[in-house]
Amino acid sequence: MVSEMDVFQRNERILKRNRIIHKILGQAAIWLVLVLMYIPIGVLIVYSFSANDVIGGEVFNFSFIQYSRLFTDAEIMTALGNTLILALASSALSTILGTAGAIGAFYSKRRARSVIENVTQIPVVNAEIVIALSLTVMFVFVGTYIFAGANLFSFWTLLIGHMILSLPFVYLSVKPKLIQMDPALYEAALDLGCTPNQALWKTTMPEIAPGILSGFMLSITLSLDDFIVSAFTRGAGLLSGDKTIDTLSTLVQAKIKKGPIPPAMRALTTIIFIVVLLIVIGMTVYRNVMAKRVKKRAGREAK
Amino acid sequence: MAMSQNKPAKSGGLKRFFAFKRKYLAFPYFLFLALFVIVPIAIILVYAFTGTSADGSLYFSFDALVSFFTSPTKVNVLVVSLFLGILNTVICLLIGYPIAYLLADKKVNQNYVLVMLFVMPMWINFVLRTGATRDVLNWMGIVGGKYPYLATMIGLVYNYLPFTILPLYTTMIKLDKSQIEAARDLGANPVQTFFLSILPQSVPGIVSAAEMVFMPTMSSYVISDTLSEGKLTLFGNIIYLNFSQSMWNEGSFMAFIMLLLIAISMALTRKVGKGEGRERGSGLW
Repeated sequence: MVSEMDVFQRNERILKRNRIIHKILGQAAIWLVLVLMYIPIGVLIVYSFSANDVIGGEVFNFSFIQYSRLFTDAEIMTALGNTLILALASSALSTILGTAGAIGAFYSKRRARSVIENVTQIPVVNAEIVIALSLTVMFVFVGTYIFAGANLFSFWTLLIGHMILSLPFVYLSVKPKLIQMDPALYEAALDLGCTPNQALWKTTMPEIAPGILSGFMLSITLSLDDFIVSAFTRGAGLLSGDKTIDTLSTLVQAKIKKGPIPPAMRALTTIIFIVVLLIVIGMTVYRNVMAKRVKKRAGREAK
Repeated sequence: MAMSQNKPAKSGGLKRFFAFKRKYLAFPYFLFLALFVIVPIAIILVYAFTGTSADGSLYFSFDALVSFFTSPTKVNVLVVSLFLGILNTVICLLIGYPIAYLLADKKVNQNYVLVMLFVMPMWINFVLRTGATRDVLNWMGIVGGKYPYLATMIGLVYNYLPFTILPLYTTMIKLDKSQIEAARDLGANPVQTFFLSILPQSVPGIVSAAEMVFMPTMSSYVISDTLSEGKLTLFGNIIYLNFSQSMWNEGSFMAFIMLLLIAISMALTRKVGKGEGRERGSGLW
């Protein structure tokens, strides 16, 4: 005869087994999709260590030649430089303008604020190609009718294009921090003798700093990844000198239109991948540390 | 003396008028957006409903509208784009939804790094990723020139999957666990639990994921152009084409259609999901 205890134990065992099966199947599904997702990038990374001009082939030909090719390839290096300068410049400007905009809108009357918010939403929901084309049409229009047929396309138009892409996102990252902020802080600073300007820098800014930082990072991401807006709004300038500015996106697009990804760019992919991976790991560690600190503080306050 | 900006000192109207107020900070921001967002769209709208005469001056006309709707090619492109947009959204949701659920399920995964791995491709230049996808597909024998639809679909799913997983994951970790357990305890089978508790709770995530995939797919240019070797034209490509051939009125009209579609989808989704993190890349940083 089976005792009640045995039944209980058996049920426990079955439950535990089910839990393990659930976990294994779940993990398997996650990893399957993950592996599939990384195949293209993975293949490029593996073949960045091959001297072959195209991926595949009978012999792998292990070598680091793609890396030395990469660093001596003037075209890629110029595009890389342009991309980085553009990303940093547009993100910095967007961050300043967007943060000021968010603070200003937050303290505006409701009517004005809702107008600003609605305009902010336009580039967020708009298709990138419409953003790019409408800007281009305007630059041509202004160049033709106001500057007597001048060609306005340059680094500046490209910069404006990238700023339009990222500006709303800075605004939207800073806004929630302003909402969370304790409004008494600013008033207290004023009462303690700060000028409005000082109060802004000493109370508001530190409170919304995380929002500003995430807005900046998001701007960099958007700028680095953009193709359409760059392709339309660019002109001559930056490191390209008298020639039309090439960013990484436009250069890669021009290359892959003609044939496979140039071998040196496989090395570039590997380097980008490693940099991104390091950032991701760093961010995860930072996130965990912050979470622990918050937990500790909460624990201390509870005591 | 305490002096808050709500109670300005009475030292002359002019000085008070120019005294620093926090709301003034919004002015350059608004001006910039007005100049480079509103004005360009206004110009596009003007071009959409005008014709260009030989000397370059504009006159009011519906020529662009007529030329769009009487051209079977253009209407066909619109229909194909809508279809591929829907198809891509559905496929991304079908793959992304279970993955996001599993990632957020504490019993399966407690590792945040795994979530980041799904999002990471977003940080690698998308043109490079698209090229890589095409090269690997070519290597496997799926040549864009021969199978334009298949190759483009694979490329689209590859590109937009991370954008689906992220908003879904953010919704999933906020699922009300006690409600799901209550449903189970009260005798709901797994299917019922899913359709009556989990799915309704995750609607905002589904909506924002769909928003991030549908319109960008329709207007995508690089992916379809690269993966189909130029065989498949999406709405984004045809707008691009019209503008690069200096057919501004026609191109503007199609951009206008695009804006209209965006407005419609916004109106639809605003009703369903009470707009939670529906921005591109929200929660990314």
